[in-house]
Amino acid sequence: MNILVLVKEVPDMEKVKFDQEKGVVDRSSAEAEINPFDENALQAAVDQKEKEQKNVTVTVMTMGPQRAEKTLRDAYARGADKGVLLTDRKFGGSDTCATAKTLAAAIRKIGNFDLILCGEKSVDGDTAQVGAEVAEFLDIPHAYYVEEIRNLDHDSVQVTIENIGGDRQVRTMKLPALIGVTKNISRPKLPTVNRKLESLTIQVETITLQDLNGFMSEEECGFKGSPTKVSKIEIPKEVKKNNQVFREDFTAFLQSVTDVLTEKGIV
Amino acid sequence: MCKGMDNKKQRGILVIAEQSNGEIHKVSYELLNKGRELAEQRNMPLDCLLLGGDGIPAEELNYRGAQTVYYMKDSIFSTLEEYTYKKNIVAFIEEKEPEIVLIGATNFGRSLAPRIAAALCTGLTADCTDLQINDEGRLIQIRPAFSDHLFAHIKTVKNPQMATVRYKEFAEAKRDLKNLENIIFVKPYFKQTSKSTVDEMIALDDFDITEAEVIVAGGRGIRRKEDLAMLEELAKVLGGKVGVSRALVDAGMAESSAQVGYSGNRVKPKVYIACGISGAPQHLAGMKDSQVIIAVNSDPSAPIFQIADYGYVGDLYEVIPQFTRQLRKEDAVK
Ligand SMILES: Cc1cc2nc3c(=O)[nH]c(=O)nc-3n(C[C@H](O)[C@H](O)[C@H](O)COP(=O)(O)OP(=O)(O)OC[C@H]3O[C@@H](n4cnc5c(N)ncnc54)[C@H](O)[C@@H]3O)c2cc1C
Repeated sequence: MNILVLVKEVPDMEKVKFDQEKGVVDRSSAEAEINPFDENALQAAVDQKEKEQKNVTVTVMTMGPQRAEKTLRDAYARGADKGVLLTDRKFGGSDTCATAKTLAAAIRKIGNFDLILCGEKSVDGDTAQVGAEVAEFLDIPHAYYVEEIRNLDHDSVQVTIENIGGDRQVRTMKLPALIGVTKNISRPKLPTVNRKLESLTIQVETITLQDLNGFMSEEECGFKGSPTKVSKIEIPKEVKKNNQVFREDFTAFLQSVTDVLTEKGIV
Repeated sequence: MCKGMDNKKQRGILVIAEQSNGEIHKVSYELLNKGRELAEQRNMPLDCLLLGGDGIPAEELNYRGAQTVYYMKDSIFSTLEEYTYKKNIVAFIEEKEPEIVLIGATNFGRSLAPRIAAALCTGLTADCTDLQINDEGRLIQIRPAFSDHLFAHIKTVKNPQMATVRYKEFAEAKRDLKNLENIIFVKPYFKQTSKSTVDEMIALDDFDITEAEVIVAGGRGIRRKEDLAMLEELAKVLGGKVGVSRALVDAGMAESSAQVGYSGNRVKPKVYIACGISGAPQHLAGMKDSQVIIAVNSDPSAPIFQIADYGYVGDLYEVIPQFTRQLRKEDAVK
């Protein structure tokens, strides 16, 4: 059984500084880390490996600059077996469509994956589109908001979807299939020291555009291959808040709050 | 991997309505409202596609502004499953060639829309907070980015131009019974896929925090699960519901359906009362658009106070019960 986990390297959103004037994130202000939701996907894959005692291999794939290799090593330390890095300057400027196409091309090239996992969304881009787009480019079924893998065997996977149209849904998909997971699917464990040390010595496979020859063309990737373009960046105006903070005077607080509750027609 | 459409031919705006268990999701009416505004600017038709089983009141979509409602009626659409939906919607779009396609950013919409966009080889912008038409007649899709630090204006260079829009972002289109009923029934293009089958649907309890007008939310300042009863009391007096920060879900004190924030529910109630919540960016992402924010926290430097309209620095174990008592008293007087 070959499981592939798609991960993204993101800036630590709690520390990252934002340049209000330029309208860009200052990526040097915070360390890059594995997208938190992808940690859940990775752990879910590793859990399968441990639970099934079958011959499960977990491969982790990411697209990014050369330094994203660090994320793959981190994934190895957390229990993955192999890492694949898609990196090429021509991949730069990809929107979700071009990103998904590139990932799908690499998946086709490597071949032989039974199950593909990804996190619910990335904390920096926040679109949650890439997983389903990859599934479409591979023409395989997918499910999102998966909170549990109930059963995984050689030709199908049964999952529970947390909430779709107000229902919890149990679904069976033929393999290969892709699932996007919620944070409830697993509890990410910390890497062991041994794995951490080992991760520094593993070989990471690198794939460039040239390696994808026959699977995608240059026109399909990067900025050129992206149907969406950012035309303008706008900095939101500060919303004016009443911002009255009371300390001792509970009566005054109560009066203000009761007034606003009355105004809103609540009491 | 996908074909893509000729940019010149298309016309019209298509709203893909969502239904679940035969009930039309209100986000569909919100999309029709915005869709109407765009359609008038471009002088184009506004149509709606509905997929579902028998007996859905499709004419409602006409009353809400759709000129033609295409109703793809078949029992295969009674279960929400992306692959079968996608196959049929893509075939419909390839035939009708709308220039703009709008989909609700519900869980199902967010899962389905990217598949449709990829199949049509076009772009998709997620969670738009506004949509405009520019001088060239193209759709400008506006969405927040980087934890709401900025708004990106996005254009799609291919057709159809596709966007998803969050529930409660726009007002619902007014219901006008004078609008003509105009429903065209469409046969499904594809049968159910065997690649993916729905085995079971379990109705979740009706608890939907996003529908509450008042939310009393508790965070790590709540020490034990039983103490949430205190917030329940206050919520009851105000006719609201109890929400929580992720800290309480992680501690096993609350269900994730009650979680407010980036990885939980985004809420926009009239009044949000944050009790013992510090105001981490991921929590704010889910509630900062509430009309009025009230915060009770023992730490005067808690970031929640910066976005609160009214704050009280104090122990919630004293403040909340007293607040509830006062409100009850006033009720009794009236
Ligand atoms: C990818 C990601 C996604 C996340 N998604 C979410 C999300 O969806 N929702 C969410 O909430 N968080 C989310 N978080 C977690 C978030 O970063 C915070 O850790 C969390 O919101 C903290 O919860 P809290 O405010 O309840 O707890 P704390 O930060 O511990 O704050 C507790 C507050 O209670 C106050 N307090 C304590 N005792 C009392 C008392 N007796 N009376 C009054 N005040 C008291 C303290 O002063 C403090 O301010 C996410 C994090 C990540 C990394």
